[in-house]
Amino acid sequence: MSTIPVDLNYTKSHEWVRREADGTVTVGITDHAQDLLGDMVFVELPETGRALKAGQECAVVESVKAASDVYSPLAGEVVAVNEVLSDSPELVNKAPYGEGWLMRIKPAAAADIDDLLDAAAYQAQIESETE
Amino acid sequence: MGKRTPLYDTHLAAGAKLVDFGGWDMPLHYGSQIEEHHQVRRDAGMFDVSHMTIVDLRGERVQDFLRYLVANNIDKLKLPGGALYTCMLNAEGGVIDDLIVYFVEPRWYRLVVNAATRDKDLAWITQQAKPYAVEVRERAELAMIAIQGPQARDKTQRALGDIVRAATALQKPFTFVVVGDLFIARTGYTGEDGYEIMLPATQSAAIWQKLAAAGVAPAGLGARDTLRLEAGMNLYGNDMDETTSPLESGLAWTVAFEPAERNFIGRAALEAQRQRGSLGQFVGLVLLDKGVLRNHEALLQNGEKIGEITSGGFSPTLGRAIALARLYGSASGACQVEIRGKLLDVKVVKPPFARNGKVCVALTE
Repeated sequence: MSTIPVDLNYTKSHEWVRREADGTVTVGITDHAQDLLGDMVFVELPETGRALKAGQECAVVESVKAASDVYSPLAGEVVAVNEVLSDSPELVNKAPYGEGWLMRIKPAAAADIDDLLDAAAYQAQIESETE
Repeated sequence: MGKRTPLYDTHLAAGAKLVDFGGWDMPLHYGSQIEEHHQVRRDAGMFDVSHMTIVDLRGERVQDFLRYLVANNIDKLKLPGGALYTCMLNAEGGVIDDLIVYFVEPRWYRLVVNAATRDKDLAWITQQAKPYAVEVRERAELAMIAIQGPQARDKTQRALGDIVRAATALQKPFTFVVVGDLFIARTGYTGEDGYEIMLPATQSAAIWQKLAAAGVAPAGLGARDTLRLEAGMNLYGNDMDETTSPLESGLAWTVAFEPAERNFIGRAALEAQRQRGSLGQFVGLVLLDKGVLRNHEALLQNGEKIGEITSGGFSPTLGRAIALARLYGSASGACQVEIRGKLLDVKVVKPPFARNGKVCVALTE
């Protein structure tokens, strides 16, 4: 059973979003997503400063099994990426909600976060997918 | 629901992630495919390969039959206890399957063929066997466990003791012994030493547990695929199929054209292909940039497509992406693979990439 922290928000495409104190959000892929993909061997991240639309492809996580696009959960600007993943992509498997984070985004509108799924809704979605 | 091997419950209990493979529910991994890969290269791992199809051939003329059926020459096996890798071809020289032939007795040979090609293989073999009055019998009641790695033979001896004592006599790869119900071969699909043991399904779980207790870690089909790719071993359906001949698949070494009078299925087509010449090369690729090579990606040189990846993936031993590729001609100098719109540099190498725990290709330009 995969972990779904209650204090995060989620997308249908299996990204998680955490509000940070400075008004930015941290984005990663969920435990469920990394479990489906298997051992991560390569992560391609966007350049900082890039403007993203909601739902836009913004990164690629590549596992032994397949390459998978990561979609921006909301509109905003990339303010930081997790450079460590370049040499240690396995952190996405080991700590998807921690050291395996992908990028930090400065949202164009903070209220957009409220449109994302909460933990219960994300849980329900996973269950509907695996049925 | 797919077919289940006798070790299915054992895999579930070990937390295996299951995947459909040729109609079978098989373990993909038990947690980490990459760790299982390293375990086999560095120590010892075991695979449930009970899905593979074991076929016994018996009859007065079984040797004549096999001389005709397969492209390699079974006369290379001088004595019982020898095994031979070969392709089974159609009349056009295309590969119906690749398999191992085991010489058990002069009138008894065993074949191990792929699971995904079981039905067509059995139909083909049965049809071809008729004029030779050879009995074709699938041994679905047998399980098969592959124990692979530098410590595989030691740990198997320690785990199974008397049961496999006779296997200590196996001095060379591609030899085997039959001990009661057990058929123990020094073969594998990883580029490491080890055994493949065929045994009654009813005994398989107990033997698996004994091996596990001796420190042989379960490994899934995911690791099996990256290990065989690193070892430069072809995978049927990816690297060759009925539309490609062994000569265009890096398998010319498995075709025995001598003696010239041996008429095997596909021979005429292969000879014609050889005479036409200009066969494309079958090569290895190492990605010099970060990323992963995948099946069917195009290999480019000066912007032109010069070939295609037949098996691509990530090599845990090299820490880079590697691939097997079929070229239309030959390649020299810099080549690229296009991945998500970017041209990434690859180096053309001669497989294998890694065997016996060691990297076999030079990575620097």
